[in-house]
Amino acid sequence: MGNITLKQVTKHFGETVVIPPLDLSIEDGEFVVFVGPSGCGKSTLLRLIAGLEDVTSGLVEIDGADATTLPPAKRKLAMVFQSYALYPHMSVRKNIAFPLKMADMDPAEITRKVEGAASVLNLTDYMERRPGQLSGGQRQRVAIGRAIVREPEAFLFDEPLSNLDAALRVNMRLEITELHQSLKTTMIYVTHDQVEAMTMADKIVVLQAGNIEQVGSPMELYHKPANVFVGGFIGSPKMNIITGPEAEKLGSHTIGIRPEHTMVSKEQGTWKGKVGVSEHLGSDTFLRVHVEGMDLFTVRAEGDVDLHHGDEVYLTPVMDRLHRFDKDGLAVR
Amino acid sequence: MATAHSKTAARFMISPAVVLLLAWMIVPLAMTIYFSFLRYSLMSPGEETFAGWDNYRYFLTDPAFFSAFTNTIVLVVGVLLITVVLGIALANLLDQPMWGQGIVRILVIAPFFVMPTVSALVWKNMFMDPVNGLFAHAAKALGLQPFEFLTHAPLASIIMIVSWQWLPFATLILLTAMQSLDQEQLEAAEMDGASWWRRFFYIVLPHLSRAITVVVLIQTIFLLSVFAEILVTTNGGPGTASTNITYLVYAQSLLQFDVGGGSAGGIVAVILANIVAIFLMRMIGKNLEA
Repeated sequence: MGNITLKQVTKHFGETVVIPPLDLSIEDGEFVVFVGPSGCGKSTLLRLIAGLEDVTSGLVEIDGADATTLPPAKRKLAMVFQSYALYPHMSVRKNIAFPLKMADMDPAEITRKVEGAASVLNLTDYMERRPGQLSGGQRQRVAIGRAIVREPEAFLFDEPLSNLDAALRVNMRLEITELHQSLKTTMIYVTHDQVEAMTMADKIVVLQAGNIEQVGSPMELYHKPANVFVGGFIGSPKMNIITGPEAEKLGSHTIGIRPEHTMVSKEQGTWKGKVGVSEHLGSDTFLRVHVEGMDLFTVRAEGDVDLHHGDEVYLTPVMDRLHRFDKDGLAVR
Repeated sequence: MATAHSKTAARFMISPAVVLLLAWMIVPLAMTIYFSFLRYSLMSPGEETFAGWDNYRYFLTDPAFFSAFTNTIVLVVGVLLITVVLGIALANLLDQPMWGQGIVRILVIAPFFVMPTVSALVWKNMFMDPVNGLFAHAAKALGLQPFEFLTHAPLASIIMIVSWQWLPFATLILLTAMQSLDQEQLEAAEMDGASWWRRFFYIVLPHLSRAITVVVLIQTIFLLSVFAEILVTTNGGPGTASTNITYLVYAQSLLQFDVGGGSAGGIVAVILANIVAIFLMRMIGKNLEA
């Protein structure tokens, strides 16, 4: 079983507090994504769970047992690193077999498991190559192979896709999600990319400066962000945040409106503005509209909308999709 | 950069250096080969006669040659073993974060800046001297008889002195290699359940293999020609117990005034050094390929 519980965990590096007291529970079989801007402590949190960093105070429980002082090897967790951390002088076969060899497993058993993992990950043709002779995606797969042969209680991924090009990233995203479907093992995944978080997670943990801002399913976070930060972080392009008199008119200190919940018209609407940059993606068009008394307002329109730089437009928010926040940035429900 | 014109210009530019270096090497080599076929004694200058292969026959059948040959091998292999093993250990220690790291590193490198004659004399007079040496004092303090290093273990003593000189070099090269090791690899190995010793054996040591190769190749070249340390400490003795080939060539030509014999010895040394070089490159040279 792979449930992991953090109780009042803190981490200090000297005087710097990276993680203030934090509680989190991860259920067995969940795909949990830690997401946040760089430097928010998400990788540190993952390393605390892995045991590569010691907690300053608090408890880490794995399977209900205290694992706070357990060395990494004893926690039955497997990690995939950002740089993949493959052993450059070993063949793919030896890389994947390494954890089993370290566990002094029977050689026949090792061969069987390595072949099994290799066929799942389509690595069978590359078994005798060195990591240096593989492409980025193949290296990624070797790193995953090295993790799955151990049959761990949980997988830890530390920004595993950030070194891949865009097309490959989409592929690997699917592969990892499918792997989770077939293995049903707990996975904890760290990323700064909210698209990865939204597409892969059962549960997203949004972090900022070591604090958990919100925990929930992707749709919960999208529909009911707990505060301005989560509202702005989840969703692409970003939610428009309006403060001041325009927000007062709609009855709140701060108003959040997603680009896709705003209607564009050439004739009439709530706000009048001028189109700045327009990004035509084919399926959608994103317009950056300059509205008086607001920051740049992003709005999504139809793919073939005929609006260009300098055109005058009217914007109307969908009233039941507004997100209202009080002056501390917390959601008003 | 690689147009035909620039290539010609480049060849033209480096030719003076190449010609100079070639002359620098070819002239002494040719003269040594020439001398090695002469009956040429400094006691009777101007009476050189052609000797054929006699000089080579005498040098190679001299019992001193065989012992010098073995001593050379023992010296080179001994110093290499000590410096590489201790160098890896020291590099490991210096790689750990600690207080005063900069100063400690400079201190470790310091012996490399001491010239061979000086360090050998310091060892001979201040450490190994059976009356005034520190080791003698230590032995006496423990109630033991002082050990006469240079008399009873001359070759081992020289190995120790030379190792002390070359240890900093090995440590320095290995330390820089150690620092270039990706920490995530070690962490991955740690998560994979490898103990400290196994991480060292499976990850660190393979990573160091190229640096070790560099250390072995460079040191071998210099260790084959160790001379000053022997001259100022044991003079190759007692007997030929600490004579290596370099010292034997010196003794032949300048202590026995036999330039012909010495030259023959020099040529033999050149051939042996080349054999060693070929062997080394065959054995470990592949580590240098990227």
